[in-house]
Formats: sequence, structure tokens, C-alpha cells
Amino acid sequence: MITTTDLTKVYRSRGREVTALDGVDLHVREGEVYGVVGQSGAGKSTLIRCVNLLERPTSGTVTVAGQDLTALAGRGQRAGSALRQARSRIGMVFQHFNLLSSRTVRDNVELPLEILGVSGKERTRKALELLDLVGLADKAKAYPAQLSGGQKQRVGIARALAGDPKVLLSDEATSALDPETTRSILQLLRDLNRQLGLTVLLITHEMDVVKTICDSAALMSGGRIVESGKVTDLLATPGSQLAEELFPVGGAPSGPDRTVVDVTFQGEAAAKPVISQLSRTYNIDISILGAAMDTIGGNQVGRMRIELPGPFDENVVPIGFLREQGLQVDVADVDATQTAVLKEGAK
Amino acid sequence: MTWSEMQPLLQQACLETLWMVGWSAAIAIVGGLPLGVLLVLTDRGGVLPNVVVNKVVGQIVNIARSMPFIILMVALISFTRAIVGTTIGPAAAIVPLAIGAIPFYARLVETAVREVDGGLVEAVQSMGGSTWTVVRKVLLPESLPSLISSATTTIVALIGYSAMAGTVGAGGLGDLAVRYGYQRFETQLMWVTVAILAVVISVFQFAGDVAARALSHRSPASGAPRLVLLRSRAGKTAGARAAATTDAANSAATAGTAEPGESAQLTKTP
Repeated sequence: MITTTDLTKVYRSRGREVTALDGVDLHVREGEVYGVVGQSGAGKSTLIRCVNLLERPTSGTVTVAGQDLTALAGRGQRAGSALRQARSRIGMVFQHFNLLSSRTVRDNVELPLEILGVSGKERTRKALELLDLVGLADKAKAYPAQLSGGQKQRVGIARALAGDPKVLLSDEATSALDPETTRSILQLLRDLNRQLGLTVLLITHEMDVVKTICDSAALMSGGRIVESGKVTDLLATPGSQLAEELFPVGGAPSGPDRTVVDVTFQGEAAAKPVISQLSRTYNIDISILGAAMDTIGGNQVGRMRIELPGPFDENVVPIGFLREQGLQVDVADVDATQTAVLKEGAK
Repeated sequence: MTWSEMQPLLQQACLETLWMVGWSAAIAIVGGLPLGVLLVLTDRGGVLPNVVVNKVVGQIVNIARSMPFIILMVALISFTRAIVGTTIGPAAAIVPLAIGAIPFYARLVETAVREVDGGLVEAVQSMGGSTWTVVRKVLLPESLPSLISSATTTIVALIGYSAMAGTVGAGGLGDLAVRYGYQRFETQLMWVTVAILAVVISVFQFAGDVAARALSHRSPASGAPRLVLLRSRAGKTAGARAAATTDAANSAATAGTAEPGESAQLTKTP
């Protein structure tokens, strides 16, 4: 649904060049919720703004719903009518909502319809319908300044949906909201994704957002996509940086001569009482050093760091047992972890 | 001088002032608004960045604003004659008043429009809005309260300028105060004139403030007009005499329109 090929964006100011995007290939399938995560300055924001060409990429192409937007852009800074028409079929929500303070909630939702040239009566009908959809039917006559953050974002979403888009871009839509409101907004996005078959591309720095609603995810760093794929597949990938960020486990062994093992649960294996079985079968004491579990798309997934007594040589059989159960097991290089922790502390 | 002698003089002067200021303010707003918007649009990082247009328009505005009003009036004599057919009287004063006020209002418009959050512009662009849509649906409506405050400031400044229009025989309250009060030592008449000017300015300022407040929806409890006499009283003394008004009113307007915490940039740089 959304494809970018070798997308590059270089900013030039006063002779200095900053590469914000460095050859990004992104592929978002129709009907999925795709999350791009990364730290500030990783290029996420530039990427999402390149998708509807609010930002002109330096090179590379952007295709949305089979239409090559970069070809529509033309050379100048101004957006031609073909590009503007294409944009009107891509909804966008923003971190700071960007609602017009001079218009009521209903008039804000009507704005994209005015741009599309929809007649007055039809506009009102559609706006009220959308406000109903996002649960704000009673606030139609209020001004944005009278709403809470979560309500403002709901208006933002209703407005983004006014042009019946196939694609919704979300630029840190929940980053300015408290955790509870974040959850309700994500739930709304999830519902819309299912009800309307909306493809959602969202960028965020909150791993929770990816855990809660994303089917697929990509990790960005230094203007590049480091890792991408379905969230469930990523979890099954040994050494996946994204899986580690999504389910961070830490903890140092309690003494020398211990084996530290990271276990990733997913699919059917996650439902089995594996750890207690292991303990009983081999009569060993297991301590849990850290764990992160969550439910993604109805399945329990997560990672756990456990400690087995004795060095690795003595634990080959129990580790084999865990693998047999269909779990993914990585023996953690504790020294490395410890140095990593120390480094983290030194920062 | 008795009241019955003063009254017809004052009445006529009042009408002359209102007539001159009314017309010149209307022309200044019609001319200054597009100029101010153009300055914001063509600025670097604006919607239609164009260094040449921006610098040229900016310089014209600067030169026009740096011209002392009395010199502007003389410099424009032939232009005035070409337009209104005469170089004396109230009609002749409107031309230099309007020409002097256009760049003044344009700068105030520029400041007001620049205050509009760049995110709103981006939002409308993401909906497929054109530059014209951005101006019409975002920049102007969002800055409307500030635009009205700026128009009020311009009107008050024009009342001050109009005192000098007496040099081309335009009449008006300021001229009355100078000719009768100052030159003929009719102190009483001078004070009455100054008092009337103060009242006129207060009325304009009050009306402008009420209108701006009624149209602002930025705070949760908006649209409720409050009495803001303190601010208009500060404007009285400044408005009574001469062109020094401009700077005081200008800074007052800037302070009034600047919203703390609002982004002044049109587009965000990532």
C-alpha cells in the first residue's frame, strides 16, 4: 500500500549537509498497522512527511496506493493539483493535533471536505457522522481550546478521515497524551483499522504503541531502517534488536558459575507452563532475573531472562529441553551484558 | 472663547478627522493586508519562499516607514494632485495618510500572521490545500483577532498623523488644537480638543479590543468581552499630539499580539 524505494533526504543549510534519510526502503501492506520506531533524530519524522511529500525527498520514490507520488510532485516547491489531489486521499494526524482554533470542532472536521469541494449539507452530514464515529458527537459546537488532549486528537482523527482515505499517517499522535488517553486513542486507531480496512503508518518513540497495535514494525537509526518485519516474526529472530527493545530484559547473575538464558515466548509455547516443567523434570532451581510479557493480537508473547545453576556445560540438557518446547533460547553473554550495563551507567 | 463659539469649530473638526481617518484607514487595511501576507509567504521557510520578492517588498516597506509623515506629505504632492485633483483640503490629506499607513499596517499584519502555528499550515497542506487555501482558511482566520488589534493601532496612529494634515489645509481636531489653542493662545479650546481626541481614541481602542476578544477562541473561556480601560488610557496621552505616537502604539501592539509559547515559524525544520 505504501512503498518507498531508496528514499534519501539531505538538508543543506549554510554549506552543511545533514542526511536525514539514507536509502530507506519501506513496504507497508494493505490493511496493516505499521509502526516505525527509533530515537529522536533517527529520521522517523522526515520519513512520514516524505510519504505525502510535505517534505520533498532528495532522491528515491514514494508509491501510495499504486500511485507514484514523487512523479506527481513536479520540480518546484509548490504542490501541483495532481499531488494535492493525491494528498487528499491520505489522512494525517499530528502530535500537536493542529486544529484551527478559530473553528468549531465540526468546522474543523469539515475543512478537508471544503478543500475537496463538497457541498455544505453533505459536509455537515459527513462531519457529524465522523464525530459520532470517534465518540465526540456532543462536542460538535465546542472550540478546540475547550477540549482535552485526547478529545483534540479524536477530532484530529475524524478530520483525517473526512476525505475517505485508504491510508492514515500518524506522526507521534499519542506522544503528547497521558498513558490512559494514549491507550484509548490507540484502541480507536485499531478499531478504525479493522472497521474501515484502513492502512495505518505510524511513527512513535514509544515501544508500547508498537506492542499495542502494530502488525509490523521497523526500527530506524541514523536515517536507515535497521530492522523491519512482522512483530511476531521479529520476536522469533535471534538477536533482534527490535525484539529486545520491545521486551527489554535485564538482570545480572546472582553469583559465579551460573548460566543466564534469555527465553522468548510466542505462539502456542507461550501458553505452556514451561519453566515449572523444566524445574520439575531436571530438579533444578531456576531464578527469574527479568521478564517482559504482553498480549499482542490475542497471543501471549514476551521474553524472560532466567538463571540456571552451574556453568553452561552442565546446562546443555535443560536448554535443549526448552528448545524442544518450541521456545527460542539465547544464552546471554553475561560479561557483555554487564559491560553494557556499566556503559549505560557511565553515560 | 465661549462654548457657543467653540461648538461649530469642534463639530466640523470632528467630522473632518473622522472622514480623513476613516478613508485612509480603509485604504491602509485593503493595501496593507495583502502586503503583510506576501511578506510572510515569501519569507525563507515560508509557503512560497522567494528571496527577491521578500527583500524588495521589505525594503519598500522600510523606506516608506522611515519617511517622516510631513515630508511624505510634501513628497507626494504631485501624486496627490494626479489622484484627487487637488493638493489642499481633507481629500488631499487622505492620499499621504493612506500611503503612510499601508506599510505600517503591513508590518503589523506580517507580525500577526507569522504568529500562526506552522503545524496548521502543514495540516491543511496534508489535506491537499493550495497556497490560497492556506491563506484563506488558516492564516487569515487564525490571526483575525491580532489583525483587528493591529487595525486599531493603525487607526490610532492615523488620528495622530492627521494632526499634521492641517499643513495642507485639511482641518481636523489636531489642526484645530494647533491653530487656535497653540498659535492663538486659546488654551481652553486646546484642552477641549485634546479631551475630545482622547475620547475618540479610547472609543476606537475599546471597540477594537472588544472585537478582537470576541473573535478569539484560543482560551477555554473565550468570547466574553472584558473592560480593558487601563490599556486605552495609556494610549490617550500618546495619541493627543504629533507623530511620536507611532512607536509607542507600535510597541503596544506588538506586546498585545505576541502570544507566549506560540511558534513563530511558518514551517518546522526537523
